[in-house]
Amino acid sequence: MKLAEVVSELDLKVRTARGELERAVGGGYASDLMSDVIANGAKGDLWVTLQIHQNIVAVASLTELAGIVLVNGREPEDATAERAESENIPIMVSALPAFDVIGRLYELGITGGTSPDADQDERT
Amino acid sequence: MGACTGEASRASPNEWIRTLAQDRKITKTQELVYEMKVDQVMSRDVVTVRPETPMSGLGDVFRGRRISGAPVMEDDRLVGIISLEDFIEWLYAREDDSVVGTKMTTDVDFLFGDEPLVHAVRRFSESGFGRFAVVDRASGRLVGVITKGDIVAGLLHKLEVDYHEEEVLRFRAGRLFKDVLAIGTTLCFEYEVEGRDFQRGGESSSQLKRTLKSLGLNPDTVRRVAIATYEAEMNLIVFTDGGSIAVRVEHGRITVEVTDSGPGIPDIESALQPGFSTAPQWVRDLGFGAGMGLNNIRNCSDDLSIDSAPGKGTRLTITFLMEGDGEAG
Repeated sequence: MKLAEVVSELDLKVRTARGELERAVGGGYASDLMSDVIANGAKGDLWVTLQIHQNIVAVASLTELAGIVLVNGREPEDATAERAESENIPIMVSALPAFDVIGRLYELGITGGTSPDADQDERT
Repeated sequence: MGACTGEASRASPNEWIRTLAQDRKITKTQELVYEMKVDQVMSRDVVTVRPETPMSGLGDVFRGRRISGAPVMEDDRLVGIISLEDFIEWLYAREDDSVVGTKMTTDVDFLFGDEPLVHAVRRFSESGFGRFAVVDRASGRLVGVITKGDIVAGLLHKLEVDYHEEEVLRFRAGRLFKDVLAIGTTLCFEYEVEGRDFQRGGESSSQLKRTLKSLGLNPDTVRRVAIATYEAEMNLIVFTDGGSIAVRVEHGRITVEVTDSGPGIPDIESALQPGFSTAPQWVRDLGFGAGMGLNNIRNCSDDLSIDSAPGKGTRLTITFLMEGDGEAG
């Protein structure tokens, strides 16, 4: 599934890297611990978190995630948005709490673990 | 193409130029000679003399400006060319002093600035002249002088610029890497990390990732190195007053050495346990200090060695092995 479809299905507000919404979403991961995401997030995953500081961009970029969904209507810090823009990391905001965001994603077929989509995604 | 870079970097300057010339065959030079215009290589800073200039004054002009000839101008009009050869003939004949106007070549041959260089080359070989005046086609004014030396210098400069551009492209394509490693070179990158500087967290590892990518290394290896380096970088930021990350890329292996001078790890065994953390609460609130850093580093790498003394500092040596000897992937 493409990021753009997720955005419209969940009515997400796209805050950065609008040009990157054609990316395929391979799966999902939810965590607020950076090292946890690094250890267990897979390439192409959509990351659900409430952290808004700019290190989330570094983590998403290093682990080559599809994008970041911020929950509870939390907005990225200015520095975070700036960095995400320059590293082409889409950050999207949902008004819903994490539990609901993840539930809605799951309904769309975005699950944990790796799906074949992630492997096809040859993004570098 | 790949082999060329390797040869070039080992060769002496002379051999290098020869390699360069052979590599491009004659075609590149021919191409340039057609492509470039006379006014791209000519000298614009033209020393002119007047017809009434005494021949005895020419010596100083030629020697002073290190030139071997000059256009002769009457007001705005080009009326002739006087060369070092004319001057020597005059000296040799031991005549009385006379003026340039009587000794100069009057059937002035000139080139237009917008003519291709190949015309100049042809005219030089046909005429045997050492220089041509260059005239602007529209205004008819003298705009420069061209010698064979100008052509050679202009071509070499253009070749050098083109070669450099191609080298940059090649570098991006990552082909250089194989050649460099094949001749036993080690590439080193070093990053300084400031302690407590959360704003810049991950900067060094992101930069390193870009660098390794541009070398054309296997993306999976690059990812592993970047992740381990990120964890080490965040440890420097969270726990120390700063430190350095030194990265060595060589044949078949990448080594990342992370060094700091404070506070040290009292119990390395515990520190390696997942979930063990000494991070303060505010750090944990930001999602760091989860007690997974060293563990992640160990899982990403092929070898991790920790050398630490409480109060003195810590040195991590992280090793990554590259399959296929760093083949571009």
